[in-house]
Amino acid sequence: MYEVAPQLDHEPVWAEFDKPLEEATIGLLSSAGIFVEGEQAGFDVERERQEPTWGDPTLRVIQSDVAQADIGATHLHIRTDDLLADVDVALPINRLNELAAEGWIGASAKEHFSVMGFQAEGAEVWRTTTGPEIAARCHAAEIDALILAPA
Amino acid sequence: MMPIMSDKYRSSRILGVEYPFGHSFGAAGDHEMQRRTLWAALQLLVAAPRPGGRFDLSEQWPGDAREAYKRWQPDEPSPIVLHSMEMIRQAQAAAKQASD
Repeated sequence: MYEVAPQLDHEPVWAEFDKPLEEATIGLLSSAGIFVEGEQAGFDVERERQEPTWGDPTLRVIQSDVAQADIGATHLHIRTDDLLADVDVALPINRLNELAAEGWIGASAKEHFSVMGFQAEGAEVWRTTTGPEIAARCHAAEIDALILAPA
Repeated sequence: MMPIMSDKYRSSRILGVEYPFGHSFGAAGDHEMQRRTLWAALQLLVAAPRPGGRFDLSEQWPGDAREAYKRWQPDEPSPIVLHSMEMIRQAQAAAKQASD
């Protein structure tokens, strides 16, 4: 995906952030292939093995109170040992919860997001389905800012 | 981790970190490092001066960074890497056959 990144001819999307951080609700998104064991299916790495240019374009919603013991990860491009021991290396839910508890930010979103970083050229499903779903969930949850963390 | 790619995709605010893949916020168990990195990202929301502004964090990876940069890689090459290697092998075989 990275090698075929298009040269975009538009300016960066920009929105002023005029709310004080201590009043803002913050969400997180990681592309580390994280999911919740026992509740969600992992990302489809078997299909990726069969179709090496394909990457699972689906979304996993991770609750802000998820337990470390319930964190799973499927990713064929990075080792996941460290995030399985400490999810905050890729999706810092606990650090964000701490900042909220201490009043540095208004709130940690109740829902955070996990996707698979490796995507097929064009990212068609991402553009038509996954991206809009994430945006709609952020809007519904009144998330003021979403931090995107590539894995 | 990939600020050049974030820039290429026209991200609005970019925090660059020199961490191994899979560790966007720091090392496992290093909560202070994770917190400093997260806080730097949050600060960009209110401090980024312009669209596409990039700030490179001067945080150093704890311990042996060279080893950490080897360790992020999976035990087996990813499918796209295996696929690419096979394509190269086939191209080299075809070139050799053509020259024989």
